[in-house]
Amino acid sequence: MSRAKPATDPLIALLQSKLPESIVVADPVSMKPYECDGLSGYRQMPRVVVLPQSVEQVQAVMKICQETSTPIVPRGAGTSLSGGAMPHKDGVVLSVARLNRILHIDAQNRTATLQPGVRNLQISDAVQHLDLYYAPDPSSQIACTIGGNVAENAGGVHCLKYGLTVHNILQVKMVGLDGELVTFGSTALDTPGYDLLALMMGSEGMLGMIVEVVVRLLTRPRVARVLMAAFDDIEKAGNAVAGVIAAGVIPAGFEMMDQAAIQAAEDFVKAGYPTDAAAILLCELDGTEEEVITQIGKAETLLASAGATEISLAGNESERARFWSGRKNAFPAMGRISPDYYCMDGTIPRKELGNVLTRISRLSEKYGLRVANVFHAGDGNLHPLILYDANQPGEFDKAEEFGGEILDLCVAVGGTITGEHGVGVEKIDRMCVQFDRASLAQFQAVRDAFDPDGLLNPDKAVPTLARCAEFNAMHVHHGELPHPELERF
Amino acid sequence: MANLANDIASRVQTAYQANTPLNITGAGTKSFLGRISTDATALDVKGHSGIIEYDPAELVLVARAGTLLREITNLLADNQQILGFEPPFVDSGATLGGAIASGLAGPARAYAGSVRDFILGAGFVNGKGEIITAGGKVMKNVAGFDLFRPMAGSMGTLGVLLKTAIRTVPRPEAKLSLIQEEKDEVSALEKINHWTCKTQAISGATWDGQAIRIRLSGSAAGIQHGRAQIGGEILTDETYWQDLNNLKLKFFEQKGRLWRISVAAMSGPVGENSPQLIDWGGAQRWLKCDEPAETVRLRAARMGGHATCFSDDPSVPTFQPLEGNLLALNKRFKAALDPSGILNPGRLHPEL
Repeated sequence: MSRAKPATDPLIALLQSKLPESIVVADPVSMKPYECDGLSGYRQMPRVVVLPQSVEQVQAVMKICQETSTPIVPRGAGTSLSGGAMPHKDGVVLSVARLNRILHIDAQNRTATLQPGVRNLQISDAVQHLDLYYAPDPSSQIACTIGGNVAENAGGVHCLKYGLTVHNILQVKMVGLDGELVTFGSTALDTPGYDLLALMMGSEGMLGMIVEVVVRLLTRPRVARVLMAAFDDIEKAGNAVAGVIAAGVIPAGFEMMDQAAIQAAEDFVKAGYPTDAAAILLCELDGTEEEVITQIGKAETLLASAGATEISLAGNESERARFWSGRKNAFPAMGRISPDYYCMDGTIPRKELGNVLTRISRLSEKYGLRVANVFHAGDGNLHPLILYDANQPGEFDKAEEFGGEILDLCVAVGGTITGEHGVGVEKIDRMCVQFDRASLAQFQAVRDAFDPDGLLNPDKAVPTLARCAEFNAMHVHHGELPHPELERF
Repeated sequence: MANLANDIASRVQTAYQANTPLNITGAGTKSFLGRISTDATALDVKGHSGIIEYDPAELVLVARAGTLLREITNLLADNQQILGFEPPFVDSGATLGGAIASGLAGPARAYAGSVRDFILGAGFVNGKGEIITAGGKVMKNVAGFDLFRPMAGSMGTLGVLLKTAIRTVPRPEAKLSLIQEEKDEVSALEKINHWTCKTQAISGATWDGQAIRIRLSGSAAGIQHGRAQIGGEILTDETYWQDLNNLKLKFFEQKGRLWRISVAAMSGPVGENSPQLIDWGGAQRWLKCDEPAETVRLRAARMGGHATCFSDDPSVPTFQPLEGNLLALNKRFKAALDPSGILNPGRLHPEL
């Protein structure tokens, strides 16, 4: 894979002298796939890509980078939607692609020890025979890696009931910039000292390179059934979500699709969605047979009283799969109706769902760009998809501006600029809207504690105060406070 | 009920400038945990109290650190909700801030999650006297470092908590506790582990050398299913789980130091012939013994766990000592939040 060019670059020469030739990739053709991640609007060719096959090789690369002051960009499968794995022009992309072995499965304690490049879905596949699974299920789960999941604190459809990555990880081994291996967490439920394991979750590659992860496995629920409820009004659907959860029913997954998304998905996979509905909800309940029957009954009553125009229960496993197929294929379905789409990711209090969706559709008119909503309604985690055409000059900029306004709106109603996709390069300026100066400086101080030289995934996730000053000077806040008041989040 | 955030921040700022160590105090229900520095000035934060925001439908409550847990659990009870992490000492007047800082969780920990798992965000004063906000009040949030999570269990050494947003939990529709005789430790652990795979309804599991006790919570149907899987008699002692959580069972009155051993649930025996109470389905083990601290700790460490001394004994460090590069990183993390080391110095570890 690596056709080592005679290294005129001293860094590449140094890496090649210390590491097997096959793991140092430096020719432009082989490096091309690393130029971007899932956020393809942002591109940068790396200086060199290294694909370590052992922890020792990771340690060697980290040491070389520290000695030569070279930026390091850790990379899982490159499915990030926020540019978290976008290369640095002077830096090394450190990929976990070849650290992809399942090291150990402990059936009794229900844990799995994994190298960071093990794919999310691969975990559940490997323990299926034990009737176990790994719960967090980001939509990229076929491809995304557990190392990337930890770095982003990945979510998914089922985190409403089963938690985020942070709730399902017991231990992480990390190689620091100094090349030292350190273990956070353990197979016990807590460890002495600070909970640095929790700090690793969503740390976006700024603290070190993850080289091993121990995940918690759950017993597969006996039964899972899904309800589909249609609404003639999107606000009613939003309120129905809040109502069901408020009544104490916690679905395993609770997803919403708006009219545009329903139509596109229906055209694509024929999921049996009512195309005349303003919104549909997919509400999955799991547990024992008896439990699910009672919960389904409760949920049906609640959805009906919230104004559902139609409620259907998937009668069997194939119908359940069909109901979900529309949701799971919603993104590719969008790809069929628009040359490009820009996926946003804000979280808001559930009670604001109706209000925010209405305001997004007004913004859609303002920008003249279509928008479709497919999202984790139960968590209040929005994914507005802004449809645009990158070949039309200025359309991407317009889409970005539209997206930015949506994120400002999320913050204004008490939410956040990112629920599960991370800040990366994409939302770094929006951090200045969500956090005040002291908090941003505190984040920077924590970053410095792990990486005094500023080499780990630089220029991402945490903005410098100077950057914020520049952004705030240019950014119009639509009459809203740029910073939350002290007592509010 | 008052907002003393600015007052607390300015007191910390003054202490930072004068390099005066502070001993953050709330209700003092956990003053036996950790070493309190004798030359530290008390910073009483009980007055900074009050529930700031609570919308039952959102399942989120935001309250100031000095708020009594009792006030919170009463309000939640009025709305058929609970605190999922079951903090101890609610009736003794414990505060929310102390519950977070100590990170102690009740019998449901192994099934429902830890203190930090239920925190959505926090406001705190760092060691420079600056008010910092991390996280928020929504279910999913990956903006910025999750500095609010390491606050749990930090014993006030990273910041003075001002407010916390907590994810609340609907009160289970039903509850039922079961007891069955079992004298063998390995067999008790195996049974509990087996049942945990069979039903999602377990919310507590102990073994005391004589019997296994199981608490089930959830939907009526779920509990019925769980009961059918497990069998045994109905436990009539209604205060058992509460007494366990508050360290008030007869077991805790026995002679000897009280140790809390944290290990993987299916680990082997942690004590040699000492009275033992297994909690959290095996993951938390209470031990009464006068063996040297080093012996207890070495044994726990060999099993991949650690030991905390719950007896107020000045000759024994409360928490298992940290070593090597983990200690170095803990120190650097502490210094990033509290550069002069004035917040509860030594309360958690001598070096922090």
